[in-house]
Amino acid sequence: MTEVLPKSTLYCGVCSYPPEYCEFTATFKRCKEWLLSNHQEVYEKLYSDEALANQTSTLSLEKEQKMEQELEKKQKKEEAKQERELQKKLSSKVTIKRIERNKRKHIISISGLEVFNIDMKKLSKTFASKFATGATVTKNAEKKEEILVQGDVSNEAKEYIEKLLEEKGLNEVKVEQIDDKKKKKALEAEAEAAAKAGKK
Amino acid sequence: MFKKFSKEDVHSRSNIKSSAQRGLKGNFVSQFEALEPVIDTIIPKKSQAILIKCEDKIQLYLIDNEVVLFQHFDDLIPTLKVVHKYPQCFPRVQVDRGAIKFVLSGANIMCPGLTSAGADLPEENLEEGSIVTIYAEGKETALAVGKLLMSTNDIKSINKGHGIELLHYLGDGLWNHTE
Ligand SMILES: [Zn+2]
Repeated sequence: MTEVLPKSTLYCGVCSYPPEYCEFTATFKRCKEWLLSNHQEVYEKLYSDEALANQTSTLSLEKEQKMEQELEKKQKKEEAKQERELQKKLSSKVTIKRIERNKRKHIISISGLEVFNIDMKKLSKTFASKFATGATVTKNAEKKEEILVQGDVSNEAKEYIEKLLEEKGLNEVKVEQIDDKKKKKALEAEAEAAAKAGKK
Repeated sequence: MFKKFSKEDVHSRSNIKSSAQRGLKGNFVSQFEALEPVIDTIIPKKSQAILIKCEDKIQLYLIDNEVVLFQHFDDLIPTLKVVHKYPQCFPRVQVDRGAIKFVLSGANIMCPGLTSAGADLPEENLEEGSIVTIYAEGKETALAVGKLLMSTNDIKSINKGHGIELLHYLGDGLWNHTE
């Protein structure tokens, strides 16, 4: 019996489809840019003048144009949306607050991460194991999620988050560190939660 | 089927017994005979399949962190990633270019989209209920997997109404599912 090898298929780095289907996605423009810089030979095969001239379709010209117009509209909308999201991300900041619980103990709270599509639960787990401490996700007064970590690990957390943002191409985002010695009581409860998470 | 599928639809995960794994392979091959020479590559003898039970009685089978097939009642259905690897193993139909955007939005396929000039159906009849892989005019790779709601002979002769129930397509929740 001869072994049948699996066929390998290229998938678009932007929309995840095989590139020949990118034309049907709202990210078509970025798909093409990705393909050109990563797999030029496939790009030529799909989008060179020659390839486009040889393309046959049973759709009437009129229908084909209508389809193209619809897709173009969809793509423009998507691009505008992505631009808005990017601006929102670039204009927001992450805050790491260092809170004194008593003379020796601190916790830090990290907020402002939600706009960056970062999995908060996962990140809190990462912090817990990285810093060998307790970490938990809670909702703050503005009903936004924040991560609480036990211990004075503000600098380490900042470094880690900056690396994470850099991976997403968001180096411009500021990570702000602040010291909070007041409001102790209000945060006691939250700290308790962090302590519990640490024991698990 | 996976239009709105997400991680929240996963109920449980469990390793399946090796006897059950052999049974699964046997059933998959009896459904798609052409899988015979490659089944041990798709589900290697030494691998451990993981069963993921989901909402709506859907069951996914995971090998090496990749979903390779799913089960809905008695049907075993390959994922598109597997179809792309072994396209020759599954019966195929082709929709015309005009139908592509509807397929990619998860809609069932209407008969005319399967019988027009740009479409293609196999010469020999495929029974109602068969699982088919769906290709498109001018494209090389499959874009969906579905179940025939009518035999292909009926699709050709009646040529009205829904011909294929769409089960899985590029960009749906299963396509985007990561472990
Ligand atoms: Zn793409």
